[in-house]
Amino acid sequence: MPKLAEQIKDTAKKLLAEQKVDLVVGFTEGSLPLRGTPFFARTPEEAEKLTWNLGCENNLANYLRKKTGKVAVVAKGCDVRAIVALVKENQINRDDLYIIGVPCSGMIDRKKAAALLDSQEILAIEENGDTVVIKGTNNSATAKVTDLMHSSCRDCSYGNPVIYDELVGELLPEKEAADFAEIEAFEAKTAAERRAFMNSEFSKCIRCYACRNACPMCYCEECFVDCNQPEWIGKSAYNTEDNILFQVVRVFHCAGRCVDCGACERACPMGINLRMLTRKLVKDVKELYNAEAGVNIEDKPALATFTADDPEAFLLKE
Amino acid sequence: MIISKKDIPGFLDKLISEYQVFAPVQEGSYTLFKPISSGADAVLTADNTKLPAKEIFFPQSEKLFSYNVTEAGAKLETAIDDQKKVIFGVRPCDARSLVLLDNVFNNDKFQDPYYLTKRANTIMVGIGCNTPTSTCFCTSVKGGPFDTKGLDLLLVDTGDAYVVEVLSDKGKALAEQAGFVAASDADKASAAKVKKEAKVTCQVNTDGLKDKLDVNFYYPIWDKIHEKCLGCGACTYLCPTCHCFDIVDDALDCDGCRVRNWDSCAFPIFTLHGSGHNPRTSNKERYRNRIMHKFKYFVDNFGEIACVGCGRCIKNCPVNLDIRVVLEDVRGSEARLDS
Repeated sequence: MPKLAEQIKDTAKKLLAEQKVDLVVGFTEGSLPLRGTPFFARTPEEAEKLTWNLGCENNLANYLRKKTGKVAVVAKGCDVRAIVALVKENQINRDDLYIIGVPCSGMIDRKKAAALLDSQEILAIEENGDTVVIKGTNNSATAKVTDLMHSSCRDCSYGNPVIYDELVGELLPEKEAADFAEIEAFEAKTAAERRAFMNSEFSKCIRCYACRNACPMCYCEECFVDCNQPEWIGKSAYNTEDNILFQVVRVFHCAGRCVDCGACERACPMGINLRMLTRKLVKDVKELYNAEAGVNIEDKPALATFTADDPEAFLLKE
Repeated sequence: MIISKKDIPGFLDKLISEYQVFAPVQEGSYTLFKPISSGADAVLTADNTKLPAKEIFFPQSEKLFSYNVTEAGAKLETAIDDQKKVIFGVRPCDARSLVLLDNVFNNDKFQDPYYLTKRANTIMVGIGCNTPTSTCFCTSVKGGPFDTKGLDLLLVDTGDAYVVEVLSDKGKALAEQAGFVAASDADKASAAKVKKEAKVTCQVNTDGLKDKLDVNFYYPIWDKIHEKCLGCGACTYLCPTCHCFDIVDDALDCDGCRVRNWDSCAFPIFTLHGSGHNPRTSNKERYRNRIMHKFKYFVDNFGEIACVGCGRCIKNCPVNLDIRVVLEDVRGSEARLDS
């Protein structure tokens, strides 16, 4: 990791010094243990602050739509998938973007790390190859990195960026696609059980819209929840039904576009299991159209194209 | 006075028969203030609740009145919650936040009956913080781990028992009713020791901050500070002092209710005028408002900083936009103080 951080710095400094780009979007050390925080470097001196660690969990594709000029981005596998999806939707101009690809084997979920300290506060996390040492006030624990990963990282088989202008580090061995065991178990439940799950998860929702705003694919000029003429959805949070409606519409709107980066779930302050919904749609799109969002730059987005033999079970009774 | 930890569930059970009792209860990996039906449900972990106690007095969505229109005319019904309440296990930062919010809901111009009725009918039983976390900075904003502002009773955890400090007449009556016994000199000494040893290690320097904010509204610093902010409402909704709200009608045909909802300056529709104009056109203006409101406007209006240093925004920001860093950046920014 420290080696990767140095390579990222050098690459960014060079790009800025040679004026190939005006801005490098990456990560710098955050204010909490093992927390990379988004960072915007506009000079070689600022690029010195760039870093890379197991806490660089944000999807930086989110910041690229709003930028003008030539921009470079430090992008791991899921960031690149989102970039690809956004390029296809004409939200990012590929010609103005320089992708510094970083192969990524997964980021650490600090909640899982905290659980090892009996939910005590984490004061430090030290990376040590395949393991990390988590330190609390008066206790510490050692764990394998793979055991602490975010669930989206565990299920990710696109750690290697699918496109890049320059690669930092070495490509990782290809990983088999994860199964959908959790989604299948959810599908196997009765409607009442699924309803109970939705009610229990979305009774926690405080409608802060962190999920929506962290999602690289949620970029409507006016989100339907913010519209009040007509008012598509109740604005009050005491109604779990409305909380569910918000999320279900969001998830459907991302069908065939969601790159399963898990940014929504990581952003949620209330710990709602959002990937159960987003990944259900990922599974459906894969099964129906054999498509995955953002895995290559040539294909049209799944729901923006058709073939004569697309399943139409929802239209016709065969 | 003193109460043994094992007597707490019994103490709360007795209160439940007379009061609506709120206490932190475990909800997955965090705790939340909920009305409890059994004293055993209350958990006092080292960490503070995910959402502040503010929501008990100023709920995220509060029905102000309901209405019904018929040919005979319109009928209004107002329901003000006047149940007697006890908040058990509130941290000093959250108790202090209510003292700050009192300025907003009870001043020369406005007296909010919904908020004030709940405040008047509530007894606040606080618990001091033996082990403040690394993101707590209460001592930098006039608070402290055993600060008593806004509390009727304060519990000090001495291991097997809580030494109880009586801070008001309401608190005194509750303590007498509960039959707390007198604390021995040894108990008092151990409580004093706990208080002395609790250290808030994080300091945020606010010297000169207001002077900067008074003049830097148009300064370039704001172009950069907000840059990583996603524009979600996590910080404002988890904040014990944020109090912006929006009023909407939840109506179907002729039946409806008027509801007060939390609003967030981070949202694009915050201060969006009916005309379509919004004085805060981008994330920059909205994030600036969050800082200005807490550290300038509230100071101008009420003479206090509207931050109690609980650290929730720091722990929960999806992109680690840390208010401590922001304040330091503002303080260190070049603002022409003579302008």
